Amino acid sequence: MAYNWNWEIFLQTSATGEGTYLAWLLEGLQWTVALSLSAWIIALIVGTAIGVLRTAPNRWLSGLAAAYVEVFRNIPLLVQLFIWYFVLPEVLPPSLGNGFKQMHPLAQQFLAALVCLGLFTSARVAEQVRAGIESLPRGQTHAGLALGLTLPQTYRYVLLPMALRIVVPPLTSEFLNIFKNSAVATTIGLIELSRQAQQLVDFTAQPYEAFIAVTLLYLLINATLMLLMRRLERKVRVPGFIGGN
Amino acid sequence: MHPKNIVTAALIAVALAATPAIAQESATLKRIQGTGAITLGHRESSIPFSYYDDQQRVIGYSQDLMLMVAEAIKADLKLGKLDLKLMPVTPANRITLVQNGTVDLECGSTTNNSERQKQIAFSTSIFIVGTRLLTKKDSGIKDFPDLAGKNVVTTAGTTSERLLRRMNEEKRMKMNVISAKDHGESFLTLETGRAVAFMMDDALLFGEMAKAKRPGEWVVLGTPQSEEAYGCMMRKGDPSFKRVVDAALTQAMTSGAAEKVYAKWFLSPIPPKGLNLDMPLSDDMKALYRAPNDKAFD
Repeated sequence: MAYNWNWEIFLQTSATGEGTYLAWLLEGLQWTVALSLSAWIIALIVGTAIGVLRTAPNRWLSGLAAAYVEVFRNIPLLVQLFIWYFVLPEVLPPSLGNGFKQMHPLAQQFLAALVCLGLFTSARVAEQVRAGIESLPRGQTHAGLALGLTLPQTYRYVLLPMALRIVVPPLTSEFLNIFKNSAVATTIGLIELSRQAQQLVDFTAQPYEAFIAVTLLYLLINATLMLLMRRLERKVRVPGFIGGN
Repeated sequence: MHPKNIVTAALIAVALAATPAIAQESATLKRIQGTGAITLGHRESSIPFSYYDDQQRVIGYSQDLMLMVAEAIKADLKLGKLDLKLMPVTPANRITLVQNGTVDLECGSTTNNSERQKQIAFSTSIFIVGTRLLTKKDSGIKDFPDLAGKNVVTTAGTTSERLLRRMNEEKRMKMNVISAKDHGESFLTLETGRAVAFMMDDALLFGEMAKAKRPGEWVVLGTPQSEEAYGCMMRKGDPSFKRVVDAALTQAMTSGAAEKVYAKWFLSPIPPKGLNLDMPLSDDMKALYRAPNDKAFD
């Protein structure tokens, strides 16, 4: 195949005069990291709460939590993003919807992607947390209650400290996924890492260099995360349980 | 030589002799001849150049011309039947798909410029546009300077995106540039009030207007910021394939066939809404039809 390799392209000043193409990539990297980390915080908080509700001995609460999980887990991520970004502002009361649409475009895109990714991943986190709680022997709940703890206290002091530590390994893969899933924000125009790669292709007509560089950056992010999560796993593992010695 | 090998060699010699001379120098033509198929790249929402109608058929000005070229290729290779494989492409992937051999020929709304020429080859130009603005009639926007400080949408990967960002950089206009995925999404962004104007090639803006819920609300205005020549894309380094494609397009333009295609898409009602774009043939276009060429404007 006739292709002109040109790795120096990254050091060239962009056609729009906004700095080098490398600076574009790094800017994209910042958005990807900012979006994924903040969405992960939402996912962890909401996901843990929903996961706990899933195991609650109340049919209404656990049913509600199950419905939440099914809705967010079964609608494709891309569709969810379009709903948050395009549909929601139109069905909200006009004052609210227009208020959203008058915001800076970048803020609109970031918010929509943040909520979308956070809630989508929260459904998956919820399932992990539920699995963690259910993996504990039933006797633990009973023991907690027999000691005179209330149910919320049993969750807080007995079940969750165990369950959350057990699910660290599966949560790691969700954590890695959120970084990869953040690329959907491209479709509503957020200039994150994969979008910058496409822009680089548009502006320089050097697709291979651009995509190789972006692939390496994603790899770098995920390798760093894996190392950090491994350390965390080792630190919090429960002796005598799965993965603990 | 083993008798079997002689037979094989003879068969190969016959096969080579039977192949028209032209196909031997062109990898693309050779493959088309061998497989009896050509892969044509088209767009999904570049109205009226290349887009889907309500039955998901690909139609448009560029599509009609591309079919004429395919017909010419079939005649040139003396094929009884040429299988046309249609492949949708986007601004972001079109160059790669042509380069890596997935798509043999792409006629849509791709601007011929010198950067792209480094990677792929362009045919004789098929259209000439100016980049302008689409806005609501009562938006108060009259020309580009009125956009300062406002939200402006354009399609990612287009020359307009580049021009807007350059305006921001050079004239400090502080516009918020929204880059949408395709023209349909750009117009949605405009229609839902997220942006006050949509900058794009004028012909495409007329096309988006034709799709609007109330076409009468919209207007195309502003001083053209650049002139661009659309061409069909094909792989670089295959001059005999380019020669066949160019000859077909030149023939269409000088014979008046292209002008008929123009009238069909720009001067009469077109799908999906039966709206007439009513975009008269510009002087640039008349000049192109008189003297077809593959020159880029930048």
